[in-house]
Amino acid sequence: MKSIAELKALRDQMQAKMNVRDSEDGSIRVVVGMATCGIAAGARPVLNAFVEEINKRGLKNVTVTQTGCLGVCRLEPMVEVMMPGEEKVTYVKLTAEMVPTIVASHLVNKQVVKEYTIGAAE
Amino acid sequence: MMPELSLNILDVAKNSVTAGATLIQIGVTADTAADQLKISITDNGCGMDEQTVRRVTDPFYTTRTTRKVGLGVPFFKMAAEMTGGSFAIDSRPGEGTAVRAVFGLRHIDRMPMGDLAASFCTLLQPNPEVDFVLTYAVDDHGFTIDTREYRAVLEGLSLGEPEVLAFIAEQIREGMRECGGGV
Repeated sequence: MKSIAELKALRDQMQAKMNVRDSEDGSIRVVVGMATCGIAAGARPVLNAFVEEINKRGLKNVTVTQTGCLGVCRLEPMVEVMMPGEEKVTYVKLTAEMVPTIVASHLVNKQVVKEYTIGAAE
Repeated sequence: MMPELSLNILDVAKNSVTAGATLIQIGVTADTAADQLKISITDNGCGMDEQTVRRVTDPFYTTRTTRKVGLGVPFFKMAAEMTGGSFAIDSRPGEGTAVRAVFGLRHIDRMPMGDLAASFCTLLQPNPEVDFVLTYAVDDHGFTIDTREYRAVLEGLSLGEPEVLAFIAEQIREGMRECGGGV
């Protein structure tokens, strides 16, 4: 198993990076519905895919958070994206495979992925 | 219905976070000779009174106000009982709650454990201020992950940082592999 010494090395690497990160704000919020309905429908891999993809791209202005039931259990896994000055966008029936498209198109290039939204599903 | 036991663990342990727990202990112990898998989730949260404990296994009871159903605990209970196992909750107001489930290890209806590392890290990610202890054992082989030890090493860095979560997930997966591939 990985050792505490490896964690210390990771800490030292991260502390150097944190000095850069502290100067930027988490102004975009990605909120994943993680109630029983969301978890049963597959929200865990979706959440982890967002965390991994955002970290891979080094997006410092995005915060991924979890919430309870978003209210339409049959459309889970659901994710809300909140950007400053924009209307909230709700994505539905997500899978981990759809996440890189949302990150690249919406979070980076500010283009909503309309075919994945609640408006397209309903 | 959850497809993996690790998703049940995630769902039930999230109740502990909601209950204001600062320490949540998750135990997964398999005994192949006894053909038993025991899962426990113990917290030091706000606890429940006797009347509430009796009602939490009822799918039509919830503390939520947005819905009239609460399926997390009933799902977990059903998953245990359909393998010939058992389910119990002990709770005291102000002291905490312990949820214990016993499964028939090789029962055909026992769900696979699934990605326990992902569940553990999904719990940590939004709750870096809460401490979690995972104890995992298959017969005589086992390991413990205690976030209090990591916190001391990280010197103020958040346990919810993606790099830290990836480290912990890999540590759990390695530990499970060393226990004969896990259950």
